[in-house]
Amino acid sequence: MATITLEKVRKVYPNGFEAVHGIDLDVGDGEFMVLVGPSGCGKTTVLRMVAGLEDISDGILKIGDKIVNDLGPKERDIAMVFQNYALYPHMTVGENIGFALKLRKMPKDQIKAKVSEAAHILGLTEWIDRKPGQLSGGQRQRVAMGRAIVREPSVFLMDEPLSNLDAKLRVQMRAEVSRIQRRLDVATLYVTHDQVEAMTMGDRVAVMRSGEIQQVDTPQSLYDRPNNLFVAAFIGSPAMNLYEATLSEGAKVLHLGSQNVELPPSVQASHPKLTSFANQQIVVGLRPEHLPAANGTGGATIEGDVDLVEALGSELLVHFSIDARKVTAEGVEEEEEQLASGGAGVARIDPRASVRPGQRSRFEVDVDRMQFFDPSSGLAIWD
Amino acid sequence: MMRNRRRTGVRRYLNVMNVAVFLTVLFVLVPLYFMVVSSFKNPNTIGQSLQLWPAQWTVKNYTYVWTASHFGRNILNSLIVSVCSTILVLALGSMAGYALGRLPMRGKLPILMTLLMISVFPVIGVIAPLYVVLRTIGWLNSYQALILPYTAFNLPFAIWILRNYFLGIPREMEETGRIDGASPMRTLVQIIMPQAAPGLFTAAVFCFTACWTEYLMALSFDSNTNMHTIPVAIGSALSTIYTVPYGPYFAASCMAAVPIGILVLVFRKSVVSGLTSGAVKG
Repeated sequence: MATITLEKVRKVYPNGFEAVHGIDLDVGDGEFMVLVGPSGCGKTTVLRMVAGLEDISDGILKIGDKIVNDLGPKERDIAMVFQNYALYPHMTVGENIGFALKLRKMPKDQIKAKVSEAAHILGLTEWIDRKPGQLSGGQRQRVAMGRAIVREPSVFLMDEPLSNLDAKLRVQMRAEVSRIQRRLDVATLYVTHDQVEAMTMGDRVAVMRSGEIQQVDTPQSLYDRPNNLFVAAFIGSPAMNLYEATLSEGAKVLHLGSQNVELPPSVQASHPKLTSFANQQIVVGLRPEHLPAANGTGGATIEGDVDLVEALGSELLVHFSIDARKVTAEGVEEEEEQLASGGAGVARIDPRASVRPGQRSRFEVDVDRMQFFDPSSGLAIWD
Repeated sequence: MMRNRRRTGVRRYLNVMNVAVFLTVLFVLVPLYFMVVSSFKNPNTIGQSLQLWPAQWTVKNYTYVWTASHFGRNILNSLIVSVCSTILVLALGSMAGYALGRLPMRGKLPILMTLLMISVFPVIGVIAPLYVVLRTIGWLNSYQALILPYTAFNLPFAIWILRNYFLGIPREMEETGRIDGASPMRTLVQIIMPQAAPGLFTAAVFCFTACWTEYLMALSFDSNTNMHTIPVAIGSALSTIYTVPYGPYFAASCMAAVPIGILVLVFRKSVVSGLTSGAVKG
């Protein structure tokens, strides 16, 4: 059992490119920490530095109380699960799982016992004599987990282990990975680009962007109180609707394009700093689920032209346009930016609502759940 | 309006590519076929006409080869030299290929280019100096006189083949090995090499074939009758002053071709895979 501590850890490649800019991160004993961010943000580099597969250019890395900067992967007592499983194709499932124990010169009967136990935990007993080529993707991933589990490491590292699986299997394996981690109670650092995985699996989530950590928090806190525009846009699916807006005197009214939204005193109370942005441009964020279809009960509303309605069964995703300028956070996937451009927003409404493309629809605004951001710094406006 | 008529029957296959392939195959197979059937013909009738099917079948040519020359000994010599060279090439080539494909080192490109140049170097250019060296150190008419030069000349090709194959093996394999606690040599032998088996088979087959059929060095360095390899035996021991013994030539050639044919047939899939590995990112 151990913790992982990164203190001002940097990674600079020989060509001068700085992939990781002095990050600080703590993973507690038994904690499931997810490192999430877009492709190229440095999350895998961080993981590989913890594993000992990449040199650390600067900073300190500790596993438990031991500084491990100069130790090889074997000496760090870590186990790693790779994205493409990295199973030895010429060995059986049992041989794959037991290989590390064989290298440790463990007696054969002990190896057999441990391999059987791991196979039982992962539901692989039936396939123990098969080769990886004869297994499905999910089974292979479980073998990779088995290989990690059987070593009883101090730390688990996982590099996008579910990326190669189909959507349905990914959902199943998410639960399985979480279950196994909780059972083993080992500090785990899990890298993914999928924010749904991050939110559902992590005890805490560290959002990375361009080699820096943007925010480390519980999934719910990240969702409810993103520190900046990037985290706000990255976390949540569909993404948060972000618009340019202007605040009136005293921050009592929000001018969103040609529409006005009254801000009750509760908003000023929860965002004391908001009043300092009176008569200035800010960025306002609204999650799709905070824009239900207006039901005429009063309260703030906005109107938009419906472009597209996606029926998911449990809800409708309504793509609409308003005349306010949409803001995209730099670093969020380019494709998402293009799809979301042109003032288009997304609302999540009741599946029984009568909304059609081409209509003009009214949406209620849950003003207490609005997020506000400083357009120049991108930081959230709280207190 | 022109209508595209689908060709049927044989005409479906009549295109430039298929015709070219057919003619090439014919070009290769016809002499082979002639060699095989002629090896079973009466030696007196071989040169008289182009019989594609012998009127009379005989094994006289084969018995002559075994009795007139020490063909069994020749086969043994070829086997020893080819097998030893192949083993050396695989052992050295795999380590060199791995280092050049995987390990961080400077000067990889110059080394690879040098290897490429060596692989196309004509043997005839080094025969004379090599003869002098071997004579000086007293290695003429020995197995090592052929094993070492064969190894040297086949190593570059093997290194290229194996390097390309190693490049196709995911890096995560080695990284997993490192994390599991395997040393670099153990990683190479227990993790990487088994996955590079097709590449190893390819290198082995090409090296063995090259050694088995090599004539010039074998003639120059192992001139003693007892040390003759198969190509030299066919060219000298079977020859007479007055006649060209086609029958025994064909019989000896058939016997020499059998091991190679079996080798290639058994490992043909691995050979193709080994040659084409790294061509497509997968």
